[in-house]
Amino acid sequence: MTRLAPPRAGRDLDKVAARASHARGRPRSRRYIGMLYAAPTAVIVGVLFLAPLALVVWMSLNKWPLLGQARFNAPENYTKISDDPLFVDSVFFTLKYTLIITVLLSAVALGLALLVQNRRPGVTFFRTAFFLPGAVGFAAASLLFYGMLNPDFGPLGFMDVKWIGTPNMALFSTIALVLWRFAGFNMLILLTGLQAIPVQVYEAARTDGASRWQTFTKITLPLLRPTIALMLILSITGSLLAFDQFFIFTNGGPDNSTVSMVMVIYRNAFFRFDLGGAAALSVVLLAALVALNALQLRVLRGGDK
Amino acid sequence: MAKRFSAAIAAGLLVTALAACGGGEQTEGGASGAPDSGTTITMWTRAATQAQSQRLVDAYNKSHKNQVKLTVIPIDNYQPRIAAAAGAGQLPDIFAADVIFVPNYTSQGLYLDITDRIAKLPFKDSLAASHMKLGTYENRMYTLPHTLDLSVWFWNKDLYKKAGLDPEKGPTTLKEFAAQATTVQDKLGKDGKVHGTFFGGNCGGCYVFTFWPSVWAAGGQVMNEQGTKSLVNQSPMTDVFQTYKDLYAKGVSGPTTKEEQGATWTGFFPKGEIGVMPMPSTTLGSMPADMNIGVTPIAGPDGGQSTFVGGDSIGISATTKHADAAWDFLSWTVGDEAQVEVLAKNKDVLARTDLASNKYSEADPRVVLINSLVAKGQTPYALRFGQTFNDPQGPWLRFAREAVFGDPAKLAELNVAIDKSLAQS
Repeated sequence: MTRLAPPRAGRDLDKVAARASHARGRPRSRRYIGMLYAAPTAVIVGVLFLAPLALVVWMSLNKWPLLGQARFNAPENYTKISDDPLFVDSVFFTLKYTLIITVLLSAVALGLALLVQNRRPGVTFFRTAFFLPGAVGFAAASLLFYGMLNPDFGPLGFMDVKWIGTPNMALFSTIALVLWRFAGFNMLILLTGLQAIPVQVYEAARTDGASRWQTFTKITLPLLRPTIALMLILSITGSLLAFDQFFIFTNGGPDNSTVSMVMVIYRNAFFRFDLGGAAALSVVLLAALVALNALQLRVLRGGDK
Repeated sequence: MAKRFSAAIAAGLLVTALAACGGGEQTEGGASGAPDSGTTITMWTRAATQAQSQRLVDAYNKSHKNQVKLTVIPIDNYQPRIAAAAGAGQLPDIFAADVIFVPNYTSQGLYLDITDRIAKLPFKDSLAASHMKLGTYENRMYTLPHTLDLSVWFWNKDLYKKAGLDPEKGPTTLKEFAAQATTVQDKLGKDGKVHGTFFGGNCGGCYVFTFWPSVWAAGGQVMNEQGTKSLVNQSPMTDVFQTYKDLYAKGVSGPTTKEEQGATWTGFFPKGEIGVMPMPSTTLGSMPADMNIGVTPIAGPDGGQSTFVGGDSIGISATTKHADAAWDFLSWTVGDEAQVEVLAKNKDVLARTDLASNKYSEADPRVVLINSLVAKGQTPYALRFGQTFNDPQGPWLRFAREAVFGDPAKLAELNVAIDKSLAQS
């Protein structure tokens, strides 16, 4: 039924087009109208995505100064990537951070979602409260934590804890910040998935005498799988591109222990003015992300069958 | 369809490329007619020297038809903002910059060549020499001194008196500095609020500004003259590190020294919590009026005097369309009236040595002292200064932190990283 719809609609469109312009030939006007419909999207994608992307790839093949003429030097920007110990370290750090934050964020978000999934008195209050940190801009949230944990003037600074003074504490504090900021948002994603599970399935399970744990592992989790997959993709991609929290909150410190990949790109472009090198890193990171997302989507589809 | 689509991309790319190339055009100055004909001039400066820039701009706007529109940018964001604006061809007409970044900016072609304009200034030989040297690239001049910020030792006379030290005698060597700080700590530090000294232990620029003058005072150097090779792994730099390392280990330096990233390092002294510490001279004017503060030059381990002649230089951007109007403002800021009636009146250090003693500075001997240090101090030159010494991810901060808080065995390897960063082409 749905498969038949487009040709028919196309023929209707033909008639409309033919009626509208007797003088001109039919196929041409049809082609123009189609292009007209697609034009706004094509322009936006072209100007805001494809053109910058092509420019970045071109930059990565050149020595690119702030002002003046670029000089073609491929593949130097790519071959020198492995010479930069800061970037190599940042790859490992970013992967470590992504792993920790994805596991914790999923667990906390799922816990919160299960707590507030049923309609009970006061549940709206808690849903709002859990989601509220997500309404704070991430840069502002990072500054907020920086102030709150500052040993000199922060309200939590009086405790004799070096919140961002050692590598492990800096990572721990950042994870606390990210959990606070993003758990509510991920809860919301999971909540929509939970609400989409038909009540009848639960009722049937109850009739069959399934325990709470069995209901959770045999019904809730499998039916929630696509939603969890979506959350994982968002969380992993977001964590691999982490920047604000480390740039503002820990400043990459102490002793470069919390430098993420995007921070290295930023540093190369705007502190070292090595625009070509930064572009090369961006291209590599983009390729890795595309591959990773493709893999994740494939695993997700495989699970659906 | 595919062909048309790629044509559209090509068109889009062309637009982007043209926009990018637009930044590279050199605009001929003088297109805007008379220098003071009501032009609006845009200017950027960083927050560190906002007060001085604002006073200069206000005074100029009041007495001229041209109007300068000042934008102040947070210190940490200044370099990236300049880089982004330059890449997009959107630099303001005038921008100030931390003087140590200037060699890099001139080598990138961001500033307009003003050699001939400077040559016509009657007082050109009295302009602060270190700032002028860093603004010269391949024998052409690009910048003027805008604000000067010198590192000096401040000591708190009230705390000295309480600790039984002579309040009128500040330290004259780094060893005396350490001894006096230790006395303040021992006598007054029991409440946990007062500390002997303080420094920015997680801030590359702070180390440079406050530690290096002790090296120069001892007759040493931190880099070779071309700024391509590091000497920070040698005496007297190592002796200076050792002194501060001992102070921190003994708890004489405030407990947050190691974490201090630079945003708040000058905040403790005005609260009356620190006995003696290196401070920027620009903060003298904003110290509490009821606090008795002594100012003395930074010394080496066994004497000598020096200072880091920091602050901002200012130049006209290479892409401006109002070069004449911009120069009208720039040349006015280093003229007699602006220097004396705007800067000297507020206890600021002057950009010209011939005006060092004037009717305002003579009222405060500390200001005379600071002004006299301009000739004794240094401003280090390196093309890759910012990324090596100021950048939090740069190699110098790792080096300094290992030297003061960590493991001396790692220093040799980290010094190689500094060399590599300095020599980057």
